[in-house]
Amino acid sequence: MEPPAEVVHWMFGVGFVFLGLCLLAEAIVGPEVWRRRGWRGYLWPGIAFLMGILMWPVMVFYTSSAIHMLAHSAWAQALMLVGAAQLGLVRGKLHNQLWELTLPFALVVSGLAFLLHEQNPWFFSRSAFLHHALGWTLLAGSVVCLGRAVQPRSPVFNAGFAVMIVAVAALLFCDRNVAPIFGHLSPLAGAR
Amino acid sequence: MDAELVRQRARARVRARHSWRHTAVSALGPLTALAGLIWALVQPYRVTLLDPDKHGFWHLAVQPPLLVILVGIVFHFWVVPGLLADLEEVEERRS
Repeated sequence: MEPPAEVVHWMFGVGFVFLGLCLLAEAIVGPEVWRRRGWRGYLWPGIAFLMGILMWPVMVFYTSSAIHMLAHSAWAQALMLVGAAQLGLVRGKLHNQLWELTLPFALVVSGLAFLLHEQNPWFFSRSAFLHHALGWTLLAGSVVCLGRAVQPRSPVFNAGFAVMIVAVAALLFCDRNVAPIFGHLSPLAGAR
Repeated sequence: MDAELVRQRARARVRARHSWRHTAVSALGPLTALAGLIWALVQPYRVTLLDPDKHGFWHLAVQPPLLVILVGIVFHFWVVPGLLADLEEVEERRS
């Protein structure tokens, strides 16, 4: 009764779309307006933290190798770290703005986890392509988030972060268990 | 009476001047839903409800284009109304 792996990726994609919409709306109206109602301030950090928690069962039930398991646990910890740090900042429990650096740090760790645990080249299969694409997207996003940490009110960096999250969602929606990418599928990829 | 009219006109001017933020936030949900709809039209095989006998529970429960439409609708009707009210209030105060 476990959902197929591709379905799990799509469900996380839904979470990332909602996250992206919240961040995009915050970038448009500015943090002052966004945080006028308390619950809204907690919305995206809360979703990130929740997705981090939900990543743990994915790690337990869906990973078939040690490196795959380590990558999923790295994503779970990264999502929880970002969510918790942002919740602490919004709540006022954390005051030091250096906590904003958890976001680019988590993106670097997540991006490297994608790139290091994928041992096949880009066109081996769709899954390999998406791992490479997601890894480089997150690494590029970490540069944007570094700018966001330095200039938290910059609409360019805030919108850039939101667009990066939407791009991650789109890539997750492209996932299939075994499928070709641009007509390429290695016979070693497990296709019948 | 005149003062009230002047206030109303000032409010209308403020709304017109800052309307790009209002329009952009209002458009996020519908654009997301539209993207999901276009996706469903381009890849109809992703909408498994069109052919329910061929698919198991999870592929019937999780259909990405329909979920994207749902996210757009939820965002538009849950998050956007309060956000627009707050935005208008802040813009009026700033003017």
